[in-house]
Amino acid sequence: MKNNKQIKVIITKVGLDGHDRGAKIVVSLLKEAGMEVVYLGMFNQVEDIIQAVVDEDADVLGLSYLSGEQLIFTPKIVGEMKKNELNDVLLIVGGTIPVEDIPLLEEMGVERVFRAGSLSNEFIEYIEKNIKK
Amino acid sequence: MTENNIDEMVQKILDGDRRMLARAITLVENSRKGHRNIMKQVYPHTGKAMIVGITGAGGAGKSTLTDILIAKFRKMGKTVGVVLVDPSSPFTGGAMLGDRIRMKKHARDKGVYIRSIASRGAMGGLSRATYDIIRIIEAFGVDIVIVETLGTGQDEIDIIHLVHTCLVVFTPGMGDDIQAMKAGILEIADLIIMNKADLEGAEAFIRHLQGAVTTANIPVGAWTPKVFPSVCISDKPANIKGHDEIIKGIYEHFDFLNKSKALDKIRFQRLELELGLILKDELQNLIFKGLKGTGLKKKYITSIIGGENDPYSVVREILDNYVLHRKN
Repeated sequence: MKNNKQIKVIITKVGLDGHDRGAKIVVSLLKEAGMEVVYLGMFNQVEDIIQAVVDEDADVLGLSYLSGEQLIFTPKIVGEMKKNELNDVLLIVGGTIPVEDIPLLEEMGVERVFRAGSLSNEFIEYIEKNIKK
Repeated sequence: MTENNIDEMVQKILDGDRRMLARAITLVENSRKGHRNIMKQVYPHTGKAMIVGITGAGGAGKSTLTDILIAKFRKMGKTVGVVLVDPSSPFTGGAMLGDRIRMKKHARDKGVYIRSIASRGAMGGLSRATYDIIRIIEAFGVDIVIVETLGTGQDEIDIIHLVHTCLVVFTPGMGDDIQAMKAGILEIADLIIMNKADLEGAEAFIRHLQGAVTTANIPVGAWTPKVFPSVCISDKPANIKGHDEIIKGIYEHFDFLNKSKALDKIRFQRLELELGLILKDELQNLIFKGLKGTGLKKKYITSIIGGENDPYSVVREILDNYVLHRKN
């Protein structure tokens, strides 16, 4: 943990994806790891999520996808993040992501993709080591 | 953060930059360098907003009620700042901040600033930083600040020192007339909200609460709390009700405070408490900083565990040695 600051994470679903069991489990695991996690729930629009990242001064934005919308919404999120100069926010994606989508997402600007089956230690350590603020 | 950056940050906040507002809050929340300077500069720009507190047990509907009240205030053309406090785990320090999820309607409204914070082990339901956070949001320039505490039980009453008007939210099924008779959280209410008033048992509980107010020892000329039935969620929109009355009640109470000069008294009491808290924090930091590297802190604690000493004697000794006589 840098500068003795509590890590603040926003976890959210985007669009019409109605499956949030995984996202909720991730929220709980991050909480147990000592992070402060804002959960935004389902059916959020891109602009709403960006506003939350700004207002909450989040260190990490985690997008959860279980319905194959990652290639549609992620570029919009990245675009809005750039527009709002949120380049010090760590953007990660999790969920049922096909392997072939990973390089595409990374090219868009996602820092790391955690597929279903990832171990909690992996993403907890990743966040702890890579927050930019 | 250099001092120059802080000056710039505060100026931007005063100019309405919500990104800087968010950053400043993080800085203050984590007591980072520049914290004191921010507060010093922000202070002259505070004291203008009406501050409303919402407290009550977890699951009573505080966030949903807050959401509706934000909408009502916005319709009146008011800008609103919202501070949502949720509990930190006493073991891991982590927190799940889940109140914002009830406020999606305002997610993109530039007239609303919403910030979720964790209690970070503070007793009484509010983090110590909450005081400072409210001040910064005030300086940002909102008309109303709503502070929603974490779900409280029976005597977490810190909130009255922070707000002008305090709403305590109850629901049916929270107990009988004996619960309503107990001392504690009911006494801090300026407005008593009977939420989920469409559920069974609401009417009886409203009577119990009204009974408790009637028998309360309220001095002549002081505010008498009122009970407001409220329904925040229903299949039929027509059944959602009680909130215009609550808004009216909030303004009535605020007017009452203004007219009765109680505002000055509240301000004095609040500053007294705040001064004490800041002093306590700064003093503790100063002393622990002084003890750092001396091994004394460990020695003291070990001596207490070993039964050779007790915490009161240790504190007395620390004060004698390092504060009152400044031997080192």
